[in-house]
Amino acid sequence: MSSAAATEQATLPPLPAPPKSRIHYRRRARIASVFKHAGLILLSIVMIYPLIWLVVSSLKPNDQIFRDLSIFTTDLTLDNYVQGWTTQGLPFSHFLLNSAILSVGAILGNLISCSLAAYAFARLRFRGRNLFFAIMLGTIMLPFHVVLVPQFVIFRELGWLETFLPLIVPKFLATDAFFVFLMVQFIRGLPKEIFEAARIDGAGHPRIFAQVTLPLMVPALATTAIFTFIWTWGDFFGPLIYLRTRENFPVSIALKGFVDAQSSSDYGAMFAMSVVSLIPLFLAFLIGQKYLVKGIATTGIK
Amino acid sequence: MSSLGELRKMALNRKGSGIKAATPDNKAAYIFLAPWLVGLVVFTIGPMLASLYLSFTDYNLLKPPVWSGFDNIVRMMNDERLWNSLRVTFTYVVFSVPLQLAFALLVALILDRGMRGLGIYRSIFYLPSLLGGSVAIAILWRQVFGNDGIINGFLSWFGIEGPGWISHPDYALGTIIILHIWTFGSPMVIFLAGLRQIPDMYYEAASMDGAGKIRRFFSITFPLLTPIIFFNLVLQIIFAFQSFTQAYIVSGGTGGPSDSTMFFTLYLYKQAFTQLDMGYASAMAWFLLLIIAGFTAFNFWLSRFWVFYDD
Repeated sequence: MSSAAATEQATLPPLPAPPKSRIHYRRRARIASVFKHAGLILLSIVMIYPLIWLVVSSLKPNDQIFRDLSIFTTDLTLDNYVQGWTTQGLPFSHFLLNSAILSVGAILGNLISCSLAAYAFARLRFRGRNLFFAIMLGTIMLPFHVVLVPQFVIFRELGWLETFLPLIVPKFLATDAFFVFLMVQFIRGLPKEIFEAARIDGAGHPRIFAQVTLPLMVPALATTAIFTFIWTWGDFFGPLIYLRTRENFPVSIALKGFVDAQSSSDYGAMFAMSVVSLIPLFLAFLIGQKYLVKGIATTGIK
Repeated sequence: MSSLGELRKMALNRKGSGIKAATPDNKAAYIFLAPWLVGLVVFTIGPMLASLYLSFTDYNLLKPPVWSGFDNIVRMMNDERLWNSLRVTFTYVVFSVPLQLAFALLVALILDRGMRGLGIYRSIFYLPSLLGGSVAIAILWRQVFGNDGIINGFLSWFGIEGPGWISHPDYALGTIIILHIWTFGSPMVIFLAGLRQIPDMYYEAASMDGAGKIRRFFSITFPLLTPIIFFNLVLQIIFAFQSFTQAYIVSGGTGGPSDSTMFFTLYLYKQAFTQLDMGYASAMAWFLLLIIAGFTAFNFWLSRFWVFYDD
């Protein structure tokens, strides 16, 4: 195939190309394109099928969920949603609210602290800049398990177990270095003249930061907000360690409750609440797509 | 540009950016950096030193740590379950990372620029990576590969009796690897961005010289993409070593069947938070750090032979 394609490419346009072969070539290109799209559509279906199956299963009566590959069914019911909403001891809205509080806290923290640090790294000259910057990049790659136990001890000593503070306060101290880096890259890409003009006009750094930089870096802030939301909403490990009473559970831990209580035939309820938990993520995906793709392309965050 | 490229550049020209001309903004800079600096000391450097110390102690949270020298390290050497968890984790990393990246690259190559429906395909392929880390998807995976799940349902169409994917030690890890490959969308997006940066004229010139598709891939696309492949590889390996949620949920928190999905991090979690063996867990965490650092360093060393930098 390779050599055939190569020779064809090589000999293809002899200057006065006979029309027949050009049409032939175009037809071949079209056939190739049809195959390509067919393959991609097939792959799309494979990729998306489990998700659709989850949604459809959540709408099926419990006894019909398994051994039924089909996503086409007429026998739909909302029973699972009604059931699932209450079956974890508290209404599921309670867990949704907990996740929302955690997410908003984390988003605010990351936006404020990371943008401050990023401004300093991108725009200011200071002693130790290169060293600090290297350390900052290094922390992106540091496995968090290394700080896990001492952090737990710190929060325990502070009496913060069973509160949201261990999951929110570190965000206000720019511990998600990924976002600092993302914002540094973004600010560096802004035209220097704007900052120089602001300087000449006599603006100090707080002003340049708040009135010039922040408005210009909205795309980077949006990327940060969306990724922080998605990570916090999906975070399992943090809440697993710090939150052990039901009232404090976010959605991720509440869902785990369904897995633990496997004895019952509550698969429908489990699926229904899984769908509910994914809806905010899906909305964030829809709203933030443009930023997400750009953010991931430039820095490689998930 | 990637963070790795940045690090590499800094390593190459240490003297380069030490600009002395303009007046430094030390005071302003430290004020802006204050939250990050506090976080660094309180939540990163301090805890790192503390966990290094705890690695040499016996500590159960209830009583103060007791110095135990190399006991934890000796114990690690003889801990069969720990070595098993390492083997599980290595298997996971070795299969899931290259497969996912290869798949991501392949699909990115098929998604030509200016192709019809590019945006839609990209969204569909990317969506699972965004959702993939969530508990709901891990639960879904448990059911998809369950005894009565859709995979076995699909196989039964062809008269194949599917195994208990989740309940059989030989297959359980494989399902988690497949879950990882399913989330190939994020590296794919990075590859797409990288492909877009390759100037069209290279391809035009190569075409004129009579290079075919395969030749153009190996002579232009691949070499120019190697920094991005390298970047993806390093980061994905680092992240894969730390995987936790999927193994936890798919195995119902047990790492089973027969420890076949007992990831290193899952074992570490159990030591720390169910056995309250915080000293041992700290030693394990440092071991993990050394393994990851070793892998990363090896990757950087290896990159000399295959990564092509333009600058």
